[in-house]
Amino acid sequence: MRFAVIQFPGSNCDWDLYYAVTEGLKETALFVDYRATSFTADAVLIPGGFSYGDYLRSGAIARVAPVMQAVKDFAASGKPVLGICNGFQILTEAGLLPGALRVNRDQAFICQNQALTVANATTRFTNQYQANETIHLPIAHGEGNYYCSPEQLATLKANGQIVFTYQDNPNGSIADIAGITNEAGNVLGMMPHPERASDSLLGNTDGLRLLMSLCGKEVQPA
Amino acid sequence: MYHVKIYITYKESILDPQGETIKKTLHQLNYQNVASVTVGKYFEIDLAASDEAPEVEVERMCAELLANVNMESYRYEIEAVSVNEAI
Repeated sequence: MRFAVIQFPGSNCDWDLYYAVTEGLKETALFVDYRATSFTADAVLIPGGFSYGDYLRSGAIARVAPVMQAVKDFAASGKPVLGICNGFQILTEAGLLPGALRVNRDQAFICQNQALTVANATTRFTNQYQANETIHLPIAHGEGNYYCSPEQLATLKANGQIVFTYQDNPNGSIADIAGITNEAGNVLGMMPHPERASDSLLGNTDGLRLLMSLCGKEVQPA
Repeated sequence: MYHVKIYITYKESILDPQGETIKKTLHQLNYQNVASVTVGKYFEIDLAASDEAPEVEVERMCAELLANVNMESYRYEIEAVSVNEAI
């Protein structure tokens, strides 16, 4: 399976994703420049970082980069798109996911290991997790406080679009939301970093199972 | 030529943690009569006249890029200026 990792000026988790795909997952990854207008891949990964220095709002400038039209077409074709951290912010700004990410409730940048609940283990991103399983992933963000209107929240709940929730809400996100999909279920945005929990050397492989879900690899019993 | 001033603030339903912190700090400095503080963004844009009314263009700029209408609201003032004045 071929994963495209999109690189914007200021992306800084691009190599982490590349490493998780090629070394952890043993699949193919390629970098796609933000100026590209087309690419060939089976899945798109939008990495974390500070695209365009977070000018105006996180993700607001990146979403008009040339490559984003190709990402929108890719998403419209039903293929999987995963945005992590700044990638999540870019996907909401691009209108591929509902809602927005506000400044954290306590104003501070939060960098810590975070307990999450897998609220929907039936998506193409989470089928290697158990329903309501507790997993741990690192978070590192200043603007991860998810917001959407009450109507949008009702839709998210009714469609099972809330995929990950925080167990001890660190940033004020509405309904403890850490990650959501679009209505079709092929676009996932999440603030926690699965690529930073994809190597047993780092003590945690909870994140690798997300990538394994995507390419239909089963978790081997320990 | 037009001189445009654009003000962007969080919608009322959105907590403004910076504004809250600044309000508390003003209280600490004994400005007890400060009832609320709103923090926002301010833009000045010089806009050459085009076929479109400036209000229409500015409205579109705000909704498309300058504000995130999910969480922010905007207002603007448009002032016509002579070209000499603008330079």
